[in-house]
Amino acid sequence: MAPTKSAIPAVDGWFTTEGTPSLLGSRCRTCGTYAFPRETYFCRNPECDGMAFDEVPLSRQGRIWSYTDARYQPPPPYRAADPYVPFCIAAVELAAEKMVVMGQIVPGVGVDDLSVGTEVELVTDVLYEDDDHQYLVWKWRPLASGDRPGETHG
Amino acid sequence: MADDKKVAVLGVGMHPWGKWGRNFVEYGLTAARAALADAGLTWRDVQFVSGADTIRNGYPGYVAGATFASALGWTGARVASSYAACASGATAVAAARAQILAGLCDVALVVGADTTPKGFFAPVGGDRKDDPDWLRFHLLGATNPTYFALYARRRMELFGATEDDFAQVKVKNARHGLANPNARYRAEVTAEEVLASPMVADPLRLLEICATSDGGAALVLTSTDYARRHAGAAGLVTIPAVSTVTPRFPQSVIEMPNFATDSAVAAEAAPGTGFRRSIAHAAYEEAGISPEDVDVAEVYDLSSALELDWYEDIGLCKEGEAERLLRDGDTAVGGRIPVNPSGGLSCFGEAIPAQAIAQVCELVWQLRGQAPGRQVEGARVGVTANQGLFGHGSSVIVTT
Repeated sequence: MAPTKSAIPAVDGWFTTEGTPSLLGSRCRTCGTYAFPRETYFCRNPECDGMAFDEVPLSRQGRIWSYTDARYQPPPPYRAADPYVPFCIAAVELAAEKMVVMGQIVPGVGVDDLSVGTEVELVTDVLYEDDDHQYLVWKWRPLASGDRPGETHG
Repeated sequence: MADDKKVAVLGVGMHPWGKWGRNFVEYGLTAARAALADAGLTWRDVQFVSGADTIRNGYPGYVAGATFASALGWTGARVASSYAACASGATAVAAARAQILAGLCDVALVVGADTTPKGFFAPVGGDRKDDPDWLRFHLLGATNPTYFALYARRRMELFGATEDDFAQVKVKNARHGLANPNARYRAEVTAEEVLASPMVADPLRLLEICATSDGGAALVLTSTDYARRHAGAAGLVTIPAVSTVTPRFPQSVIEMPNFATDSAVAAEAAPGTGFRRSIAHAAYEEAGISPEDVDVAEVYDLSSALELDWYEDIGLCKEGEAERLLRDGDTAVGGRIPVNPSGGLSCFGEAIPAQAIAQVCELVWQLRGQAPGRQVEGARVGVTANQGLFGHGSSVIVTT
């Protein structure tokens, strides 16, 4: 039996993988502006001269601002599975951060399953693998209505 | 319009768009020679060469101004090269216009040309984990049509646009391009054919997404005094405004090649200050005109749906009214305010550094009454609009 491959992020420092995963953004210590990926030098708010940032996990849930899919295989440096399997991609509004963050939607979900306003939560999934590793990326997973915290039915 | 902001367009020229597979310099030279002949000037009359760069053709592409000057034969003319993604051509126009308005030269040649690979635009090669354009392909598989489709879906959600509306844009532009000798695609299509073409990025189909093309375009710009001495004042076409504005923080619409928008926690976006909208409005303000003054527009229809966004962003109608404008035939040649009489990117495909220059070429032909088969009768004021990666956009006003 082949040894289990270790799973590592496909990009360093953009998201956590332990426990419940989160995107890692920055928050300006002067004006509170968030950024993803992280800002490390100057705040991008033109009214702010902040140069100090906290690394913060971004909201794990948001609502779809818009969405589409990729019916044709994207060119490299995307590393597509063979055979290629189309995927959905969404831009998701995070209420607390007042920003929109893109991400693939988890496999098995089609555009017909999505709407503007659909609630999603952040997960990690395998983007591609080689002989040594599985490379992880963040994806958005639609919340089934039963998953919504605090939602009452009927 | 303030006369001291105007430069004259004495000559325009293009190399037809296609997938010719030759060196981009050839297309640029063909366009440059055509523009010089159109102006009644020679290469030796040019004092300043303004090149629009291509990033997919090696070092000569990064120094396009010098590449074209060298190929035309060194004359000692001064030179500049501009890169601003899809707005590169307009940035090259802006550089030439500034030289002329500053009194540093009288005659400038603006040239842009490109040779493109087949298929999706991909990032420049190499393993570049600090380049967002590389990373969006690597981590998300997000192509340019991904972003176009996000805007299209958003439009359907906000304004009730339908797939048939988007298809009708393609039908209109295909009809416009039929008689344009520089267009790559010259064939009428029906809405049924558009809607039967393969889905690329839902809700956008193959016939609704602009192709990548080879092509070249050039302008001869001069001071208005020089133009009057050389060609007389009758029918003189001028550029009174060039907008190359950047977005304003916080930018709340996701833009290529970004992973996220700005955060609006510290500053709310003021209403009506969206980036696409600001591009043409800055040009109107500089020219001292309003959208009501415009007779014809060339806008960047990277997708069929995006053309509808532009109707609103350049002020042809209010938000949410673009579909009605299209359905009423207002934006077809013969309508109230024709958009993309050239056939647009829909019939051309995108030759990036040439495209914003080609938009100006079309408006000049329209204003001179030299656009047979697609002529907007009596057009006196035209506007271009364009947008590209990394916060670039442009708008040029052209008037008689």
